[in-house]
Amino acid sequence: MTTAALESTVATAAPDRHRVTELSEILAQRTVGQPFVDAAKVRTRNVNVYYSEKQAIFDVSLDIGRNQVIAMIGPSGCGKSTFLRALNRMNDTVVGCRVTGEFLLDDEDIYSPKMDPVALRARVGMVFQKPNPFPKSIYDNVAYGAKLHGLASRRIELDEIVEGSLRKAGLWEEVKERLAEPGTGLSGGQQQRLCIARAIAINPEVILMDEPCSALDPIATARVEELIAELAQNYTIAIVTHSMQQAARVSHRTAYFHLGKLIEVNDTQLVFTSPQHELTEAYITGRFG
Amino acid sequence: MTEHKASTAQIIRASLKRRYRAERRFRLYGFLAVCFGLFAVLLLLADIIGKGHGAFRQTYVQLRIHYDPEVLGIGTATDPAALALGDYDALVRQALYERFGEPTERVERRELSALISNGAGYELQARLRANPALLGTSETLWLLADDDIDAWFKTRGGDEFTGRMSERKLLWVDRLLENDEIELRFNREFFARGDSREPELAGIGGAAKGTLLTLAITLLLSFPLGVAAAIYLEEFAPQNRWTDFIEVNINNLAAVPSVIFGLLGLAVFINFFQMPRSAPVLGGVVLALVTLPTVIISSRAAIKSVPPSIREAALGVGASRMQVVLGHVLPLAMPGMLTGAILGMARALGETAPLLMIGMVAFIVDVPRGFSDPATVLPVQIFLWADSPERAFVEKTSGAIMVLLAFLILMNALAVVLRKRLERRW
Amino acid sequence: MSLVNLVIVLALLVVVAYYLAHSRSLALAKPLGGIRHLHSLPLYYGLRGAIWCGLPALTLLTLWLVLDDPLVRALVLAGLPPDTVPDGVAETNLLMSTVVNVASGALPADAQASSIVAAAEHYNALRATGRSVIAVATVAVAVAGLLWSVRRMSPRLRARQEVERVFRWALLACACVAIFATFGIVVSVLIESIRFFEVVPLADFLFGLEWSPQMAIRADQVGSSGAFGAVPLFMGSLLISAIALVVAVPVGLMSAIYLGEYASARLRNIAKPALEILAGVPTVVYGFFAALSVAPFIRDLGARLGLSVSSESALAAGLVMGVMIIPFVSSLADDVITAVPRSLRDGSLALGATRSETVKKVIIPAALPGIVGGVLLAASRAIGETMIVVMAAGMAARLTFNPLEAVTTVTVQIVTLLVGDQEFDSPKTLAAFALGLMLFLTTLLLNVIAQHIVKKYRELYD
Repeated sequence: MTTAALESTVATAAPDRHRVTELSEILAQRTVGQPFVDAAKVRTRNVNVYYSEKQAIFDVSLDIGRNQVIAMIGPSGCGKSTFLRALNRMNDTVVGCRVTGEFLLDDEDIYSPKMDPVALRARVGMVFQKPNPFPKSIYDNVAYGAKLHGLASRRIELDEIVEGSLRKAGLWEEVKERLAEPGTGLSGGQQQRLCIARAIAINPEVILMDEPCSALDPIATARVEELIAELAQNYTIAIVTHSMQQAARVSHRTAYFHLGKLIEVNDTQLVFTSPQHELTEAYITGRFG
Repeated sequence: MTEHKASTAQIIRASLKRRYRAERRFRLYGFLAVCFGLFAVLLLLADIIGKGHGAFRQTYVQLRIHYDPEVLGIGTATDPAALALGDYDALVRQALYERFGEPTERVERRELSALISNGAGYELQARLRANPALLGTSETLWLLADDDIDAWFKTRGGDEFTGRMSERKLLWVDRLLENDEIELRFNREFFARGDSREPELAGIGGAAKGTLLTLAITLLLSFPLGVAAAIYLEEFAPQNRWTDFIEVNINNLAAVPSVIFGLLGLAVFINFFQMPRSAPVLGGVVLALVTLPTVIISSRAAIKSVPPSIREAALGVGASRMQVVLGHVLPLAMPGMLTGAILGMARALGETAPLLMIGMVAFIVDVPRGFSDPATVLPVQIFLWADSPERAFVEKTSGAIMVLLAFLILMNALAVVLRKRLERRW
Repeated sequence: MSLVNLVIVLALLVVVAYYLAHSRSLALAKPLGGIRHLHSLPLYYGLRGAIWCGLPALTLLTLWLVLDDPLVRALVLAGLPPDTVPDGVAETNLLMSTVVNVASGALPADAQASSIVAAAEHYNALRATGRSVIAVATVAVAVAGLLWSVRRMSPRLRARQEVERVFRWALLACACVAIFATFGIVVSVLIESIRFFEVVPLADFLFGLEWSPQMAIRADQVGSSGAFGAVPLFMGSLLISAIALVVAVPVGLMSAIYLGEYASARLRNIAKPALEILAGVPTVVYGFFAALSVAPFIRDLGARLGLSVSSESALAAGLVMGVMIIPFVSSLADDVITAVPRSLRDGSLALGATRSETVKKVIIPAALPGIVGGVLLAASRAIGETMIVVMAAGMAARLTFNPLEAVTTVTVQIVTLLVGDQEFDSPKTLAAFALGLMLFLTTLLLNVIAQHIVKKYRELYD
């Protein structure tokens, strides 16, 4: 790829014909870096996702390492959230969405007819962009999943699960006196940590995080980032983020998406210090995005 | 840790069967609820159509009528006044005696003349007055049969037949049947006539005309008032308590039971303003108030859907608020407003309760000619007939309901078409 | 001059005023060098002329139309010999209607007392004078307005502002019609109710357990007092509304959920409009259906089961009313459920909840205030519904909770008391207004509460 061609994608007001050639060029390329790891928790191969007629993800293959944090970065609309939602079949709830390719969770096919989406989502938890606590008490929010799945047979077990999860989410000290109050009454950062506690209460194997800090202030963000680092010891985490600093701070590996294509994957340090692809370099040096 | 995780997965898997059963059960409840609603729609329509389809056809009997001046009792006079006084029922009786032979007993004679509707005499009178030259001659005519004969003939005495029918009448009808002198014909009169105590003579013409007159007044009042009110509230009203008060009022008025509007009509328009009772003009005013909130609310929605950029563009070239509203907003919002007005009229068309209280329930034979003539409307006519003891009125009632529903479907379809064809997407 | 002619003359004058003012504005503009030197377009000068000509005259005419009849009646009454005027309001009204009928020729004059015949002539004379006076006055006002407005015209006149101000006031007046309607309802119902409560104590009405409004024609007849205890009526309304809600709320709610969450697009496109049909069917049709099909069916079914079911059972009326409000509940439920943010649904699904668990444990609790508001609105509908109960529920006021018996309702009694000929001052007629007042207040209260709840609910998720 010539520098001139690169410039044409970078310029936001580039004429259409440059874009079209650029898009086809991007699509023709293979992912740069190391998409595959040994003993991966999740393996995906040749993934394509379509919304009705429009294709959102093009031939993505990526492994997510066990007890690692992988960050997915890229400009808006690059398909990173779509890819994330494909990992626990949340895209099933979107009308007209179609997913092809291979998804393996510990060698089990996520999209096989035998895989139950309910059981899958209990194993692959998710935290959303905007904190979405249910309009219930803090206690009931955390206990929700455990109650659904029948993880506690007695009240005392449930109490233990709630306390344990809130502790892991670093929220216990702040809310232990007011567990009966509505979860919607907490501050934004607390709400997001409540949602994380809610997700880990059912002991998932993988946690997907879709821009978990984009609605939070810097202090709350720092608190959540710390939490992610702690959780990484026991959980496999995939996090979509808009902030490169955040990706650099919390993740072991970083994947860069562009226009639905996985451009580059590598250890986070490598990606940020010596990106191998021009697009990645352009993005992390702030020339677009 | 891994052990714990495995057990979590196992617990979840174990509970799945039960949870999916609950899921299917819940889904089934939802499906049954939808089915219940659809079943109710079908049952209602099937019941009405099943009962009412016969109303559009009526039994006629063929008889040879001899316009005998002696039977009529009018001598040889042919001036209209004399013709009006003739005993035309006697002509019908005479024709029946000639066809079947004059029975000896009074009871039998009465039963024989009960084959033909009471209205037949009026028809003969009308024919003779239109053409006095018929006097003394004969002609073969199809005359309306009585409602009992009609009910029997429509079911041919099947299980559904629940009317009264004596042995003798059956014999006579059989004789008519042998010679094809009795048949069902399209009941054009049903759409033309006013009310009557005799089911076979009763029609919805009077009620339909009354409805037309009433709705004309309603539309004339509620549409301009509603649109003007909507324009004021959307475009001019300042944000103050008075505006809030108006809005609260409109919302609450929309939820006031319609029967209360009848009380208003009675106390204010009849007793205070001395408006004529039972008249379309009064009904129209009351229904205009009933539909006003609907029209205002839908007109406001239509105005709201005009994007502010249009207003800003017009204001930007120096148009006044009024010029913007009349020149740009109103034409663009008009399709939505018309749709709302049609839906409001559809509501007014089905409204019954308030009209009962302002005297539109009277038994009115004549078709109303003007806005202050006593009149009734279709739904009230349905109410009146539904109350009648004669079984034949059930058929008439259902027929009238079918006509009413047809009008409603027409109006709603019109609203949908209007919305689809004229409403712009921004 | 008849009213129609007068209106035609007035309309002509308005048109003339428009053209006079319009052409005068052009004439004013000519020496200045064209209409751009006028303050407003000629159109507005024309409209201004038309308004000044038509509006005062029309106001005068309307005022006369409202006041003419009462005024003439009062004058005629004052002109009658004092000894022929009876004391009571009802008797006076009767006398006046006799006079009016004689005056219009509807009653033959020769059968009446001489004082009445004289009054009738007086009446006719007053009306004739009134008509000519108003005709002259209206035309005079119109012409004066026309001349004044045309003479006062100048190029600097802010005609557009003047016209627009009048338009604005006219729009405001239209917006206030809704207030007049509410005001009219409250005042008329309240006045008649107060008259009713002068005869029947409020406590007897509110807490009385017996309702039999038959008033005797003569005072010495047995049972002449009648009983006006409204409790059985309210109980009847409540019983039937409760049955209706028991049918409509689960069915409406569940079908909204099913169509929103589970149904295929095809089924949804068919079922939604089909259910909406139920909302469009006039209530009188439901009444017919209830009285002639559902009630006999329930009665026969009951008979087969060995139950005695009244042929006008509350069950039949309530069932059909429930069917009627299914689409109402269903569309309200649909509204509040779609108002629940998608993020909550996603949050629940991502935790491994099934759809029904999400609906039952997250969506319905979150939408509960909205649903409660909707149910209250539906209840207010059911209580105010008239035709179904008039046709399918009974007349007998009975204090019972047995849905198989016949009960009567507030609305049924309002209609029964007021349909047909009534003497306007009997407690029987006035009772209908008292019932109307109670009904108005009940539904108003329900609506205000429901709207408040729904509004608060919407603010929660906006």
